[in-house]
Amino acid sequence: MPSSEEIYSKVQETLIDALGVDDDEVTPEATLVGDLGAESIDFLDIVFRLEKTFDIKIPRGELFPENLAAANSDFVKDGQVTEAGLAELREKMPHADIDQLADDPQVENIQNLFTVQMICNFISNKLNS
Amino acid sequence: MRWFWVDRFVEFKSGISATSIKNVSLAEEHLHDHFPGFAVMPGSLIVEGLAQTGGILLGEKFNFEHIVILAKVPKIKFHSHACPGDQLRYHADLIEANEEGGRVNCTAHVGDRLVTEGEIIFAHLDKMDSSMAQAIDQKNFVFSMGLMSILDVDSMSEAVNQTSTPPENSK
Repeated sequence: MPSSEEIYSKVQETLIDALGVDDDEVTPEATLVGDLGAESIDFLDIVFRLEKTFDIKIPRGELFPENLAAANSDFVKDGQVTEAGLAELREKMPHADIDQLADDPQVENIQNLFTVQMICNFISNKLNS
Repeated sequence: MRWFWVDRFVEFKSGISATSIKNVSLAEEHLHDHFPGFAVMPGSLIVEGLAQTGGILLGEKFNFEHIVILAKVPKIKFHSHACPGDQLRYHADLIEANEEGGRVNCTAHVGDRLVTEGEIIFAHLDKMDSSMAQAIDQKNFVFSMGLMSILDVDSMSEAVNQTSTPPENSK
């Protein structure tokens, strides 16, 4: 079982390779889309690389759930994620910092859940299970 | 001109690897502009040939049930040129393959000379969520049913070669 530092450094390496970013850009708080410029197709690349690096299987939608906002009309109201939506996110993404989103639950902030730290949490949970 | 950047497959190991060849010819219009007096196969078309080789390899693994598109080229290096008269040998190893897409490592050689090496990621268009699928330009298609007729070239050449060889029990 690798330490959290080891997981972090491997995740960092993965993102440097997949997104062509510099190591000093990949901080735990960095968001994949906003800070590191990831596009939708890069998520597939990242999943492939993580599976290989950590020798795990990541089922589709587990690390990066798709279309959260569109999944159910009760989850979003007036451009804000509702309590029901937040509850759904907590269940689907135990690896993400939903509390931070709850402070400012605008729909466009959902993508900010995808941080470097979130990937590390996910990997750590996966290796522990 | 048809969008075929592979002439023939010479080896196909289902789900593992594929090797194809592309004969570079001065009959190809673009070689007269790329470049005047210095005809070389454009690197982008070498990537396309590698993608067609790898894309068909991935497609075949799932019995061509998915629409395979070239999604991303994370790494590509050009070491050398391919000129008219050269035969490019494309090789792709299937490194990852799942319901969402796949990844190949690939090389292009002329003889023993390494021309290009890199990796290519493919996505299954029919398995992507709609927001992603909309972002994909149709021009990214790796193959349609038409492109798969490259595989027929194989059996055709086999048939021709077989008829020119005397049957084993002939006297």
